[in-house]
Amino acid sequence: MGLTLFDKIWGAHEVAKTQGGASLIAIDRVFLHERTGAAALGRMAEMGRTVRDPARVFAVMDHIVDTRIGRGDGTLMPGGEAFISETRAACKAAGITLFDVNDREQGIVHVISPEQGIVLPGLTLVAPDSHTCTQGAFGALAWGIGSSEAEHAMVTGTLRLEKPRSMRVRFDGMLAPGVTPKDMILALIAEHGAGGGAGHVVEFTGSAIAALDMEGRMTVCNMATEFSAVTGLIAPDAKAFDYLAGRPHAPQTFDDPYWETLKSDPEAIFDREIVIDASAIAPMVSWGTSPEHTVAVSDTIPQGPAKAHDYIGLAPGAPIAGTPLDAAFIGSCTNARLSDLRRAARILEGRRIAPSIRTALAVPGSLSVKRAAEAEGLDRIFEAAGFEWRMSGCSLCFYAGGEGFPPGSRVISSTNRNFEGRQGPGIRTHIASPETVAASAITGAIADPRDYARPDAREAA
Amino acid sequence: MSAFPQPLTGIAAPLDPRGLRDNVDTDAIIPSREMRSTGREGLADGLFAPWRYTDVEARTPDPDFVLNQPEYCNAPILVAGANFGCGSSREHAVWALAEWGISAIIAESFAPIFRGNCLRNFLLPIALPASVVERLGGEAVTIDLAAQTVSAAGETHDFAIDSEAKRMLAEGLDPIDLTLTMRDEIDCWTATDRAARPWVYLESQA
Ligand code: SF4
Repeated sequence: MGLTLFDKIWGAHEVAKTQGGASLIAIDRVFLHERTGAAALGRMAEMGRTVRDPARVFAVMDHIVDTRIGRGDGTLMPGGEAFISETRAACKAAGITLFDVNDREQGIVHVISPEQGIVLPGLTLVAPDSHTCTQGAFGALAWGIGSSEAEHAMVTGTLRLEKPRSMRVRFDGMLAPGVTPKDMILALIAEHGAGGGAGHVVEFTGSAIAALDMEGRMTVCNMATEFSAVTGLIAPDAKAFDYLAGRPHAPQTFDDPYWETLKSDPEAIFDREIVIDASAIAPMVSWGTSPEHTVAVSDTIPQGPAKAHDYIGLAPGAPIAGTPLDAAFIGSCTNARLSDLRRAARILEGRRIAPSIRTALAVPGSLSVKRAAEAEGLDRIFEAAGFEWRMSGCSLCFYAGGEGFPPGSRVISSTNRNFEGRQGPGIRTHIASPETVAASAITGAIADPRDYARPDAREAA
Repeated sequence: MSAFPQPLTGIAAPLDPRGLRDNVDTDAIIPSREMRSTGREGLADGLFAPWRYTDVEARTPDPDFVLNQPEYCNAPILVAGANFGCGSSREHAVWALAEWGISAIIAESFAPIFRGNCLRNFLLPIALPASVVERLGGEAVTIDLAAQTVSAAGETHDFAIDSEAKRMLAEGLDPIDLTLTMRDEIDCWTATDRAARPWVYLESQA
């Protein structure tokens, strides 16, 4: 009987069975951030416990750091400096490698982990952050956990787990021009629900996945958690190996025959299968307060839960396109890598955001992304269009207190969550691709990015 | 550590009296701005802040919110819909619920990270079909972990829980201590793995 990629990684990490019948699974990497990491490290110290192998634990300051140019340790979040100083002290005491506030390689955890070659195919990697699934794009089993589990992983090098079920989501065909990886994952969640992946590890396959670059694959895997999946992953191919080879913590080459085994066997059986016709996907945008409240940008708003309509202030039956906006945000671990910024800049070049847009932020996913974007002049395109160009961090992907959008704003955002209050009390969020954010910022209302496509961009897409 | 109370009897508070509310996310359970310190205490005040207060700053209670109502303010059991606890991995959501006094949540289904966080804090997540969950809101409910049953209004329903989680909850075991008893096996496995996958093992940077 064939094995799935998930079966293979699970099997290779099963240290023992526990008395209760669960599996003790070896954890290869732990990544912390200052928002939830300080709680885990502080508690460990309190209990007199130590990190088993500090060389395989990393930490970064990304969640509540200031993203304004010229930042220091100061953060606009009330009380936020304690998270930064406690994390720094705890990492030093535990001997953990920390990407500090103004480290050259600082950035959002799931952006810098691949950049630094910390995630590798076939590894298990956990972080007290739900979007750890992003890193599954490299064929690792990477998932989000709570602080107590992070503590368990650091102290014992393992986690006690029941084996999840497996699901394959196959995207057949090819994306139409102007349609992006973000639209693929939003289409899946819109059709199968925000709980559609519950209890499953999801492997994304098919011609449309194979055609994506690593950055696009990360965008797809990023929102596996919005599908309620345990995690998502994609079998590593030459693109994955080429991306990682020679990075600071990665092997120089991937020529060991082991790497070729990291794929599902052709006869492998998954507990569930979903097939999606990628060629039929259109640019997507959320209308409500769950990622499943998402429609094609050309559609009308469906009838959803009354609470969602009340909060978002939109009635069923109206077209979603043309909904007036107050703010725009390009950033986050979903869509703030170089290719995302390039595609948004392509639409913004030579144009201005609408006067009704009171706040427009472009926040690179890492300082390395920021430098690469500046080397191409993307910062000048964003600024000329009316966007503010920032340092790297999570920024207004979530509201930590302190900095926020103007009260009552309706925001078009390249992030992953449109929950009530996610971007601030009363803030109404519409999630979409960076292209849709750019096109909508120019229009001042939700817009179809294909209306702004440049002829060459259409070919390149 | 405290084990799950056995058996637990108490009133079950329906999070939304108009019907089961699906996709309750951890940003709603405890907004990020309510996580004011790096510790795990002092979070109950911010529990469900966006729904519980009409004015969050002034802490003006919304009388319509279920946990503000006298019959439910001490309820040890919460009732909700599908995919409860989705979103951010913040364990603070569970710490806030536990500090408030919730010992069990009965819902149609749970988000995986939230479910794991519940078990690590001796809070029992029980998944039951929506048609059953709907009838439990407002009832006096008895949860018997050993028998794996939920009883209310003369009806008894079985629930599933894996044996490992059940044992942890019932005995109040600390999983880290438990795993550390297997240290020899872990060391042995690591030595073999190091030879097979040398790239996993990094040199200390610090
Ligand atoms: S960018 Fe947003 S979703 Fe990603 S890790 Fe930061 S806060 Fe979480």
